Amino acid sequence: MHKYANPTQFIRIANAVLPWSTAIAVAAFVIGLPLALVFSPPDYQQGETVRIMYVHVPAAWMSLMVYMVIAGSSAAFLIWRHTVAHLIARASAPLGAMFAAVCLISGMLWGQPMWGTFWVWDARLTSVLILFFIYIGYIALLDAFDDPERGDRAAAILALVGSVNVPIIHFSVEWWSTLHQGTIITMDGLTLSGDMARPLLIMVAGFTAFYVSVVIIRLRAELLAAKIRNARQSLAAAE
Amino acid sequence: MSVFAAIVRRDLKLAVRHAGDTAVVLAFFVIAAILFAFGVGPEAGVLARIAAGVVWTTALLSVLMSLDRLFAADFDDGSLEQLVISTDHLVLVVAKVVAHWLVTAVPLMVVAPVVALALQLPNTGLAPLMIGLGLGTPILSLLGAVGSALVLGARRGSVLVAVLLLPLYVPVLIFGAAAVEAAITGTGHVLPLQVLAGLLLVAASLCPWATVAALRSAVE
Amino acid sequence: MDQLVTYFAMGGYAVFVWSSYAAAAIGLVGALVLSWQGWKAREREFEDLRAARRGQETQ
Repeated sequence: MHKYANPTQFIRIANAVLPWSTAIAVAAFVIGLPLALVFSPPDYQQGETVRIMYVHVPAAWMSLMVYMVIAGSSAAFLIWRHTVAHLIARASAPLGAMFAAVCLISGMLWGQPMWGTFWVWDARLTSVLILFFIYIGYIALLDAFDDPERGDRAAAILALVGSVNVPIIHFSVEWWSTLHQGTIITMDGLTLSGDMARPLLIMVAGFTAFYVSVVIIRLRAELLAAKIRNARQSLAAAE
Repeated sequence: MSVFAAIVRRDLKLAVRHAGDTAVVLAFFVIAAILFAFGVGPEAGVLARIAAGVVWTTALLSVLMSLDRLFAADFDDGSLEQLVISTDHLVLVVAKVVAHWLVTAVPLMVVAPVVALALQLPNTGLAPLMIGLGLGTPILSLLGAVGSALVLGARRGSVLVAVLLLPLYVPVLIFGAAAVEAAITGTGHVLPLQVLAGLLLVAASLCPWATVAALRSAVE
Repeated sequence: MDQLVTYFAMGGYAVFVWSSYAAAAIGLVGALVLSWQGWKAREREFEDLRAARRGQETQ
């Protein structure tokens, strides 16, 4: 564990990963997009709108995955005092919010032809909406302090509290939406044939690899920002 | 006298001295709830339909309004630091939460039935509303303690705490309002109340620790 | 040509399908570009600081 806690060691590993993740992301989009947009069959019920799924579902998946990364690295930061973990969380948060936003927008655009309205209080979509607001709060808390270290600690605690809360919120919303079910049609009716599952999996892989690449770039920036702060301090001390 | 009782008593004394603070929160609760009547119109049917949700939502916002007295006041005048140095952190946090609940939620629960009746809530919904508030408001205070400890010393702390906490308050709102609605429609209000009790147990066992961690990083 | 037009029409749902992909593209490409620029900006800042520090040492 502590072997990877050394920032230099860590960035070396990250730099080794970067070309691979970038290659996987590019390959997945090059193969996945034509499959999703052209070669996969239209759904027998939903017709061509089913193609929205190939960006909606990966975005939904990523919004949850990134939250898990943030919660995990927050735990590593608070419990084992890992020296890079809080930077991973910091670098990930805007990406998680972006994925949640993409999921919400594509979900609304899918909802209009499917439900006849841009927004129904579908359990999954509503959960992602709340997750989006948790991201917003998390990012706001990170930057709310003059001392970035204080922001890191506060945000890490929030992330852990949220990791208990996110499943509770999800089940509450699920229960709530079945309670008020009237006109709501869920996406469960969608049966995935192999011709649909394949592009979906490739797009999920592409989104994941894309996240890994971008988070490494952001991590570099965060590590440099920390170095700059240190250098400024020693420069000020020398004067 | 134990430390715990001493802190609770201190906060209660402060609340009595600043009784205006409680009054303002209560006034906010009543006015905000009444605004809904103006917003949707005085038709009894419509009001009755939304009464439970309105009472719950405004109660939730009122708790949010009152959070700055949980830690922020003590943080600003430096007495929080003294308390953190001199007492066991967990005892301090639990005492603070209990005091906050007594000072904020109990008055809210006294006023809530009046507001509910003004909003034409059917009588059958009153008992589950009150039981729900009894189970739910401690959760609001517990989570509120986490949030207000996290934002100590932050810029725009009072707005920030609302953004942090409102998403986390969603389950309480869902099950609190659902219990009342289920009682009115006769579809079993026990389950949502049981879930609220379960949520209270989870919150009570986890939130104090998170609050302690947040306080430590704020005060050190 | 007609085939292409029918394809882009997406069975009448062109607006929804293509704007979903556009939203995803804007989100992902935007995140990539902003992150890259942020990294480059930090790098320049760091180089400037290093230069300043070297200047300080030679004085």
